[in-house]
Amino acid sequence: MHPFPFSAIVGQDEMKQAMILTAIDASIGGVLVFGDRGTGKSTAVRALAALLPPIKAIKGCPINSAKAKDVPEWANVSAKRAQDMPTPVVDLPLGATEDRVTGALDIEKALTKGEKAFQPGLLARANRGYLYIDEVNLLEDHIVDLLLDVAQSGENVVEREGLSIRHPARFVLVGSGNPEEGELRPQLLDRFGLSVEVASPKEVETRVEVIKRRDAFENDNAAFMLRWQAEDAAIRDRVLKARKALAKLKTPEKTLTDVAELCLALGSDGLRGELTLLKAARAYAAWRDDTALTRAHVREVAPMALRHRLRRDPLDEAGSGTRVARTVEEVLG
Amino acid sequence: MASQSWTHATLALQLLRLDPGLGGICIRARVGPVRDRLTRLIEPTARRLHPAISDEALFGGLDLSATLASGHLVQEKGLLATPGPLVLAMAERTTTGLAARLAVALDKGDQHYLIALDEGVEPDECLNPKLAERLAFHVDLSDCSLADTEVPTQTFKSTVHLREIEVRPKIIVQITRISEELGIDSMRAPLFAIRTARALAALHGHDRVTLDDVEIACALTLAHRATRIPEPQTQEDPPAPPPDQSDDSNSDETLDLPDELLLDAVRALLPDNLLDQLAAQKARAGRGNGTGAARKGNRRGRPLPSRAGRISDGARIDIIGTLRAAAPWQTIRRDATGREGLQIRPADIRIKRFEEKSDRLLIFTVDASGSSALTRLAEAKGAVELLLAQAYARRDHVALVAFRGTEAELLLPPTRSLVQTKRRLAALPGGGGTPLAAGMLTAFEQATKATRRGLTPTIAILTDGRANIALDGRADRKQAATDAQQIARVLRAHKTDAIVIDTGNRPEPALRNLAQTLDAAYLPLPRADAERLSKSVATALGD
Repeated sequence: MHPFPFSAIVGQDEMKQAMILTAIDASIGGVLVFGDRGTGKSTAVRALAALLPPIKAIKGCPINSAKAKDVPEWANVSAKRAQDMPTPVVDLPLGATEDRVTGALDIEKALTKGEKAFQPGLLARANRGYLYIDEVNLLEDHIVDLLLDVAQSGENVVEREGLSIRHPARFVLVGSGNPEEGELRPQLLDRFGLSVEVASPKEVETRVEVIKRRDAFENDNAAFMLRWQAEDAAIRDRVLKARKALAKLKTPEKTLTDVAELCLALGSDGLRGELTLLKAARAYAAWRDDTALTRAHVREVAPMALRHRLRRDPLDEAGSGTRVARTVEEVLG
Repeated sequence: MASQSWTHATLALQLLRLDPGLGGICIRARVGPVRDRLTRLIEPTARRLHPAISDEALFGGLDLSATLASGHLVQEKGLLATPGPLVLAMAERTTTGLAARLAVALDKGDQHYLIALDEGVEPDECLNPKLAERLAFHVDLSDCSLADTEVPTQTFKSTVHLREIEVRPKIIVQITRISEELGIDSMRAPLFAIRTARALAALHGHDRVTLDDVEIACALTLAHRATRIPEPQTQEDPPAPPPDQSDDSNSDETLDLPDELLLDAVRALLPDNLLDQLAAQKARAGRGNGTGAARKGNRRGRPLPSRAGRISDGARIDIIGTLRAAAPWQTIRRDATGREGLQIRPADIRIKRFEEKSDRLLIFTVDASGSSALTRLAEAKGAVELLLAQAYARRDHVALVAFRGTEAELLLPPTRSLVQTKRRLAALPGGGGTPLAAGMLTAFEQATKATRRGLTPTIAILTDGRANIALDGRADRKQAATDAQQIARVLRAHKTDAIVIDTGNRPEPALRNLAQTLDAAYLPLPRADAERLSKSVATALGD
């Protein structure tokens, strides 16, 4: 079955905006969606794939290389022709073993032909694309450690069972989870560019609309997909346009100061917060089709870029989103 | 005469067979003839799961014996590979990890549905909420006796296709509104209600959802999710607006169903102890579930000698070890089978093993305020030394937090050095106010850090309980007490173990309250001798 169309998601504007920003500029670094049960987290993340324009990659290359010279030797690709393929969105299931994530010795070849061959894992398939982890906070610790390392270096190194293989693994992490079921380590939190919190809509009209669309999706799938296809395509075109506009976008000195001051006032650790905030604000400006970055853009994306980078205050029951909003109010006025 | 819960259970099973998209049913009942009778109604093709099922059994994996015997790769099919009903026994013991895996499988909509057999006794022993959320139905058969059961003789035959059944927009609005009124936050509940109504109509061979269908569907899917008992509406409501004439005029039957009637149907099913159950769920959020906490090792990783074994969940083959085990037999096997090449049998497989350990951390949070110093600081230090000796014997880590004046100080970060701890403790000066909340907060920070490193922390608070400095450093007795209580709640929510040792001359009621909030053992020192102290600490540590 097709995933639920992105444009048909009712409300949840912040979450949708974050997804669009990461589609415009992948270097922002992915989205983390946290929320209660039944708020449509997984639905939105799975819908993201439809927003992503296709990429050019060598046919049959296990790591989706763009150029023929980047195809690894162990892949044994003979005809090196480039072709369009959808941006890879790879699911990392909770039960995945280390072998499946990093790749391992190809047991079939080892047993039948006695060959020492490498069987690429999920990280290879996610190269140049997205790695999606549902229930990211329930992921086993050793897999998290492994991901942290690869996400940082952009390279997957396999040194085991007599194999010594390294291949590029540059991917954007997208995760969702329910914070009640377990927390995320700050190191992993930091790897996500943006984070959003979602809740069930409170107005009856919105809720009814959600139910109606979902019901139509389930019962009359073909007609429903057809109806929203055009709108999904419109968003995708706008994403492409924004990608182009991004290069020409001016960043005034004043906005840089704003960003630095904001991060300083919030005490977010490291420079990653500032960089992400700047990139997200630029992507937002490009999406809005504005020519220069202004304070308004920064203000709009500050909560999603910084919320998860604050030091946690166990007594703050309102959540760190409120803290960011308050500080934005104070610093940027 | 069949009881209502029994009728609902059998009806739900029929609905699930018709529309697997309803997710499943949670049946809460102890093992007995009633449950047996019900499980006999489940389709015979159903496959059984248990809470400790491995990923390999669920998703499939390499069939090693077959692969080795045949010489080419043979994949084993997992339970989730073929669609159909799944029966989960002992559902209350499902771990969050398994719940998440099953939830993903149900979300995919591959025609799976889950029948969870919940044998929980206590109200807080129940199916993992993540999974319960994805099942449309929930029935409780604990009060059902064999006389109440009746195998349904009437078998429905659905002649109408589910998709062709009409659901009027008005009904969608109504169901959404009702679930809102019952305090159900999740959007899955109204969706399940609509789907159930549709399946019911199909079951009866109607081409449109009727009044009865909606009523039964709401009762089946919404009652167990309610978090609020809606007030019965007074009769002073404004008269309903005249029926919209422009609407399809031959279907007014469904238009006349008042919310109140639907709510009554649900209300009749609400358990009498709804509020108790909600309280139990809240408490459960603080204390974990029936599955028992997984012990996380902070010292995982040192490889141990590999061992003969079979490949299972997460196990890694020690290839060198396996080859070494197989090597001596090669000539014999080649002669026996007449086959060339390397021959490995399942018995040769060696599995890599890693050491796994979890250490405990005792965080002593000692009150060094003036009031304590005057009275029994020395004795408190004695008590700590006693506990230290025990910690040493258990090879636990220790940390020391002291609070006095306006703030708390981490005197000693987690360590195993007993000598250092004793030295710092002896040098601990007394005096100033009692910032109990600040002390607890520092201890909490240490505990969180330790958990992340795989240690199991326990906080031991030694104080005379007269908190008089608030978190912000002001001398405000009332605020100080409130702050302490608030942090205690946070600690409890994070499932941190604690013991409260009252060092005052007289037992302090406020401190007993604090211990209750923490769900911690409370021990007044005046009447505590060395033996009792050590016993209570042992209990708190779960020995």
